[in-house]
Amino acid sequence: MQVVAWLADPAHWQGTDGIPVRILEHVEASGLSVLAAAVIALPIGLAVGHSGRGAFVIGSLANLGRALPSFALLLMLIPVAVNLRLDFSTWPILGAMVLLAIPPMITNAHAGLRGVDRDLVEAARGMGMSGPQVLLRLELPLALPVILTGVRLAAVQVVATYTLGAVAGGGGLGRYIYDGFARQDTPRMLAGAGLVALLAIATDVVFELVARITAPHGLAAGERSGGMEPTGVAISGPGV
Amino acid sequence: MPNEPLIRWNWVAGHLDEIGGALGQHVYLTSIAIALGLAISLGLALVAHRYRRTEAPITWVAGVIYTIPSLALFVVLIPVTGLSTTTSEVGLVGYTLLILIRNILAGLDGVPADVLEAADAMGLTRPQRLLRVELPMALPVVMAGVRIATVTTIGLVTVTALIGQGGLGQLMLAGFINLFPTEIYVGAILSVVLAVAADAALLLLQRALTPWTRASATRP
Repeated sequence: MQVVAWLADPAHWQGTDGIPVRILEHVEASGLSVLAAAVIALPIGLAVGHSGRGAFVIGSLANLGRALPSFALLLMLIPVAVNLRLDFSTWPILGAMVLLAIPPMITNAHAGLRGVDRDLVEAARGMGMSGPQVLLRLELPLALPVILTGVRLAAVQVVATYTLGAVAGGGGLGRYIYDGFARQDTPRMLAGAGLVALLAIATDVVFELVARITAPHGLAAGERSGGMEPTGVAISGPGV
Repeated sequence: MPNEPLIRWNWVAGHLDEIGGALGQHVYLTSIAIALGLAISLGLALVAHRYRRTEAPITWVAGVIYTIPSLALFVVLIPVTGLSTTTSEVGLVGYTLLILIRNILAGLDGVPADVLEAADAMGLTRPQRLLRVELPMALPVVMAGVRIATVTTIGLVTVTALIGQGGLGQLMLAGFINLFPTEIYVGAILSVVLAVAADAALLLLQRALTPWTRASATRP
């Protein structure tokens, strides 16, 4: 009940520590990190998936991404930032988010392309398509649902990870949890936890909808939503 | 802290007890979470397998828990269970459920129908068939899930440092508070080493438990 009262208090909806500002900070940092990671990860995943070489490296990378916790990565980057005289409340958490978003995106881009029926690739080649044409016109559209699942996993993980940025003095919704905990202000802490959980779930739902809208019409209904999940291969770590 | 080396080896040599204690707590917290998570997941997966209508709601709830950021899930329990091991374990167990339930179900679903028929024809009762045929055959996929869950949990335990637990996370957090990189790096590196070692150990355990998978793999 105190949590509801905290959320209903107009004072908590204004200023630089207000809920809208904190949500915006959270979404902005997460969005930028996912974007930066996608720019790095997707070309690598597509190149490896298309050529079929380097699959072992991809597998190892995915495992390393799971074994290296985001909290550890964040704390490890802090001394590095200090040595480089960078703001340690901003850069380490952004670095951790980008690095952790890369493995699921590479893994799924690779898995998506590998999952394209070899007969179709042969047929496209037989029709005289060049390598890049096969990639852009055949493999990429067919692999899109699995690739987007990778982006979704990465985005949910990044939203969760940014919560920890508050430990190093960063912004976002994690501030409420961390400050609430430090000041023994339970309603603030719980409201922060609720808001960040909702944001993570909302991120998941938004990407699910995007995946549905962009799924190629040629795919059967069962193949359209995500593909990779039952095997457990594409599961990345939970948030943090 | 500028120009401080990332690891001061003489500090490491002088604090082996402290490091060992943190490592021990890390293993302890992880083991409890995996044991409890496996027990709960096995129960829920068997329910979902027997009564297919319950599969969607069970995996949905596990999926929602999995999506919640760990710090949020851990602090929600503080008003109820305080800064205790229980608070950490409830969160840690919660995160194992999706991975384990999914893999147990995938393992059980992967048992070929003719094998089940043969078991029925031999006169095995449902519980006998489950224990002697279905679960052993599902074991490789189940163990794959246990490995993912274990590696994930080892990472998550570090976060519980923020609620007063944490094993190696405790060491890392102290390093941050004291602006002493050595503690951060020793904690982080050991946590990765622990994850890799646990993964390898579980793989060996799986091979020992399912000798037939190797026999069939080597057959021409």
